[in-house]
Amino acid sequence: MEFMPGLYSAALRMTRNAADAEDLVQETYLKAYRSYGSFQEGTNLRAWLYRILTNTYINSYRAARRRPEVTDVEDVEDLYLYKRMAGPGGIRAGRSAEDEALDAFTDDVVKSALEELPDAFRIAVLLADVEGFSYKEISEITDVPIGTVMSRIHRGRRALQKALHDTAAARGLVGSTSGASVE
Amino acid sequence: MAEDAKTSGNAEALFGKTMDCHEAVHQLYHFLDGQLTEERRSQIAEHLNYCAPCGGAAEFEAELRLVIANRCKDHVPEALIRRIATAIDEESRQHDGER
Repeated sequence: MEFMPGLYSAALRMTRNAADAEDLVQETYLKAYRSYGSFQEGTNLRAWLYRILTNTYINSYRAARRRPEVTDVEDVEDLYLYKRMAGPGGIRAGRSAEDEALDAFTDDVVKSALEELPDAFRIAVLLADVEGFSYKEISEITDVPIGTVMSRIHRGRRALQKALHDTAAARGLVGSTSGASVE
Repeated sequence: MAEDAKTSGNAEALFGKTMDCHEAVHQLYHFLDGQLTEERRSQIAEHLNYCAPCGGAAEFEAELRLVIANRCKDHVPEALIRRIATAIDEESRQHDGER
């Protein structure tokens, strides 16, 4: 069960709920066990498991959710965080300004911000940046054309940067305005 | 980064570079994701090397990505591991029984 920590974390980010995440991981393992015969030796076992996880989430858990599905994200400019936090006029000028900025993103901030993204974007960013899959693998895992995958990853990342900033600011971990005092 | 683009645009005019900041930033995700041709990759790498603001941005984006991945770890409950092992066990016993 070497892939379980990753699958469980991915399930938590997808369902945003520990009980559902546990059920989702269990269902994924059972489905994988039952259909292991259809898994082709030599292909990517890890990607195959994430494909089952993602499909199960989309078909069972998402369908059961009451709130209406959001299908788009706000357009956020390139380098949203870098411009606000690391460059001149960032939270504090100095050698470790960048590290300091990144320290503001605690586990809780990153998880909350990621969980705010709409499904399609959240799954794409999660698979790319947390799980480290390539565009092509994500296209196969999600059954989405590679061009769409790429656009979701890029737009999702930009939206995530704004969500990170807003979430950290709401918790008082970064200044809410971009031109905070320089010491 | 309008001012940076302008400054570096001048530098490009002086040194005959073929890439501007706007383009480098625009392709930054492709670059970091290793999704560019070798020619394109080396053009961007060269730009990031001599343009401090873009180089800083690239470094920040790469580090941010590591931070995001590292912050998204969760402890798997022991009970879940046992539950799944039991469920698979039962499944395999049923399967054997059917034979």
